[in-house]
Amino acid sequence: MSKLTVRDLNFYYADFHALKNISLEIPEKMVTAFIGPSGCGKSTLLRTFNQMYALYPEQSATGEVIMNGVNLLNNKQDVALLRAKIGMVFQKPTPFPMSIYDNIAFGIKLYERLSRSELDLRVESALTRAALWHEVKDKLNQSGYSLSGGQQQRLCIARGIAIEPEILLLDEPCSALDPISTAKIEELITELKKDYTVVIVTHNMQQAARCSDFTAYMYLGELMEFGETQQIFVKPTRKETEDYITGRFG
Amino acid sequence: MTLYQRRKLANRLALTLSLCAMAFGLIWLLWILETTIVKGFSALSWSLLTESTPAAGTMGGGLLNALVGSLLLVFFATLFGTPIGLLAGIYLVEYGRFTWLSKTVSFVNDVLLAGPSIVMGLFVYAVIVVPTGSYSGWAGVIALLLVQIPIVIRTTENMLQLVPQTLREAAFALGTPKWKMILAITLKAARAGIITGILLGIARIAGETAPLLFTALNNLFFTTDMSGPMANLPKMIYDFAMSPYPRWQEIAWAGVLLITIGVLFLNILARFFSRKKF
Repeated sequence: MSKLTVRDLNFYYADFHALKNISLEIPEKMVTAFIGPSGCGKSTLLRTFNQMYALYPEQSATGEVIMNGVNLLNNKQDVALLRAKIGMVFQKPTPFPMSIYDNIAFGIKLYERLSRSELDLRVESALTRAALWHEVKDKLNQSGYSLSGGQQQRLCIARGIAIEPEILLLDEPCSALDPISTAKIEELITELKKDYTVVIVTHNMQQAARCSDFTAYMYLGELMEFGETQQIFVKPTRKETEDYITGRFG
Repeated sequence: MTLYQRRKLANRLALTLSLCAMAFGLIWLLWILETTIVKGFSALSWSLLTESTPAAGTMGGGLLNALVGSLLLVFFATLFGTPIGLLAGIYLVEYGRFTWLSKTVSFVNDVLLAGPSIVMGLFVYAVIVVPTGSYSGWAGVIALLLVQIPIVIRTTENMLQLVPQTLREAAFALGTPKWKMILAITLKAARAGIITGILLGIARIAGETAPLLFTALNNLFFTTDMSGPMANLPKMIYDFAMSPYPRWQEIAWAGVLLITIGVLFLNILARFFSRKKF
């Protein structure tokens, strides 16, 4: 069952052709990893899924990204509602300049009118699912910036899943974190795929191997190979993929 | 001499030179403060705050009319100027970021920022004072606005540009409407810097004389009527300091001290806010 279907996707930064005829299917409630050397377009691909590029006038995309039968690149879509269905976590933690509680409540309040006690429950549930509740439950009123980098990143994941998205996009979520925080996030990713479709961009080959079900290898804006992680890592069909994975290139 | 010794020598030389430069700047500042305090302190008294300026050649009197006038002028200029400057700054960074209009406005704003304030005074004289036939507090407010708005625009613009773009993207990723993202996130993240800018803008116009020369003019009597000539500290100091009457000169020094203390206080307040981080 595929959650997102990408067909003939082309992406441009002004004149630069960054993604070339990408077609792939992101399976539902699985973890899909995008790997490839810097500048290969994996983050760009991720950012077309929630139309982040629409913020920048010089960026444009053609083709289809289909979720629930609708082409997301079609401009008639309500972009805000679309983004609510597709959560995103960035390379560097991005807590909002407000309390830990409000960081989570902010997104929920955009879509629902809840009583204080209902909101409390939702905040607790999101923080619990992001494996952060026990570390912050006594300091919910402190600034989000008071947390460590790894905690901030989990706060951002909690904020993303608090609004009950269908897909969670993770753009190198561990690249700024230490190994212990990274391990926690990876555990969390495995946990999250029970409820969400997860797409993760990573530079860390072991990370892709450890926590993804499917892997896409990209190079110079093209999708070189896409398949089950097991197959990609054990028996890649293309020479380029094997070279990259074994570290002979990249 | 070894390379290492040369490096140490160069370091010591640079340090000495920069200390000298700092001392040079500081000496003038301290000298100004010392003169202001010594000359102004002797004229300080309660009557300064409770009585209006005395008639020429008489004793007694104070600066009440000029103080109230200055407060009113600065208050209204800040009241109108801050929202305009804030909104323009928000437009430049959040809405018009990639447009030629934004680039043009930003450039023109820089020109206004660097423009001599006497030009603002003359401009308002030509387009407001002459057609309405009288000097007025409102004309003074408009001239001060023209000085203050560019400052607020500039700081708002700079401070919003410092907010990391990923914070905006994170807000958008949640599906936050743009107005809400600006109010709840970017403005909040830039809050300390923007407040600092507003305070520095107030400090700047509180001491401006040139924009008021041909607009609010001056008034030796107490008035809160903004549609007539308005007493104000800078112009009062200018007039009284140039007068031949000892009492007026004394009051001018007291005025200088008051204005210095006020501006110093605003600057300290601004520093306090700029240090405060969320």
